[in-house]
Amino acid sequence: MSEIEYHAVAKTDDIPEEDVIAVFVGEEEIAIYNVEGEFFATHGICTHEDVGLADGFVEGDLIECPLHSACFEIKTGKAVNPPAEVDLKTYPVKVEGDTIYVGVEK
Amino acid sequence: MSDDRTFVIIGASQAGGWVANTLRNEGFEGKVILLGEEPYLPYERPPLSKAALLGEVTVDSTYFWQQEALDEANIEVRLNTKATAIDREAKEVVIEGDDRIAYDKLAITTGARVRELPIDGAQLPGVFYLRTMEDTLAIREAVKEGSTAMIVGGGWIGLECAATLTKLGCKSVVVEALDRLCARAITPEISDWLLQFHLGNGVDIRLNTGVEKFEGDGKLERAVLAGGENIDCSIAVVGIGVIPNAEIAAEAGLDTDDGIVVDDHARTSDPDIFAAGDVANHPNDLLGRRLRLESYENAQNQGITAGKAMLDKAESYAEIPWFWSDQFDVNLQMIGVPENWDETATRGDPAKNEFVTFYLKNGVIDGAISINNPRDLRFGKRLMQANKTVSVADLSNPDIKMQALLKG
Repeated sequence: MSEIEYHAVAKTDDIPEEDVIAVFVGEEEIAIYNVEGEFFATHGICTHEDVGLADGFVEGDLIECPLHSACFEIKTGKAVNPPAEVDLKTYPVKVEGDTIYVGVEK
Repeated sequence: MSDDRTFVIIGASQAGGWVANTLRNEGFEGKVILLGEEPYLPYERPPLSKAALLGEVTVDSTYFWQQEALDEANIEVRLNTKATAIDREAKEVVIEGDDRIAYDKLAITTGARVRELPIDGAQLPGVFYLRTMEDTLAIREAVKEGSTAMIVGGGWIGLECAATLTKLGCKSVVVEALDRLCARAITPEISDWLLQFHLGNGVDIRLNTGVEKFEGDGKLERAVLAGGENIDCSIAVVGIGVIPNAEIAAEAGLDTDDGIVVDDHARTSDPDIFAAGDVANHPNDLLGRRLRLESYENAQNQGITAGKAMLDKAESYAEIPWFWSDQFDVNLQMIGVPENWDETATRGDPAKNEFVTFYLKNGVIDGAISINNPRDLRFGKRLMQANKTVSVADLSNPDIKMQALLKG
């Protein structure tokens, strides 16, 4: 197991409820979600084709890709709707005060 | 318990691939044979007029499933294999060369083929259609930077092709027989927006006209338009629609009518034969009529429905049609088949190439078209599915979030 390093990536009020934004940690695009006031992070690119999920559609605890309508569970990254068949990577998230931190392997 | 049944699928297409994979995903343990006429595994068609034509992607990367994944799923794919007939008495598929493959259940996912242009010179080298991987590779090979590309048909394929050939350094000239672009699919104001958008990107568009003949000495050199104008061109791409490959079904005595007639479970008039994708004429309760859809989503989801129905796992297929097209830096998406609307609401700014227009009937969204705004379109789809009454004022107001309308 490699070590996790937390990065401050956004403020809590940057992301409205049931919404998603894209952030970058180094070269890595990460999608940060607000699901009923709780924050989650997945890899920012759909596993089916090279498109940013932050342009997608959050409904409940699902993120739907804007291009082909693939769906993933935000909390687990599980691919639940075709055409995607590969799960999304997820990242640990910490909130301290109004700052959101996402944990990325060093 | 082993299952000694054999399920055969004619057509190694997106729909066919989803039938095969769905059989496995649903636990079918018998034999699955997927027959494909082309030398390729099921591939994505959207890149054919875009990334693949630009040469930005490899053939392999357009495959829905790589060979290893199909092997792992124990799906036997036979490429370069053309099915010529279905013998329903014997329950066998006849293969070119007279081989026969017995089936217990059969799915037909043969898609559609291009409508050919019945004019002089259409056989000249340099005149292409764009439907298959082979077509794309051939056009790519023939494209000459700095020359003129004649596009026949101002529909989706024609416009995507015009955009890509422009990117490749060609002068694209589009001729369209009707008085506006994509007339069968979109509303007049969006047709007009598309026209201005393409003109602004340097595409030459001629409406209300057509190519009368192609001329050239052994290869395409010029197009003669109705009215007599000559346009020198090195290639032409014809995109004037497709014809469903339903003959194999019709000859076997299955019901056909603009495609193979199926019910909402993708079942044909033979209880052991199913059909899905571009070739299937199916009922859609949401629209209140039958239709054939030539879309990515339909090929996938109706294919999945057919796979389940083959295992007697009935699941009704009726979705709000959804479609997209990419042209230059614009992503256009459409939901529903807007017709007979009584109000429209536009959210965003058409002049900034970012907006969505909703078409409402009796206060409910009946369809929508977005330009570079897929998110609001998706919310529109949810509003449509929920049959929610919304006002033009709220939909047009960017300060009111679409989520709020959905919850309100």
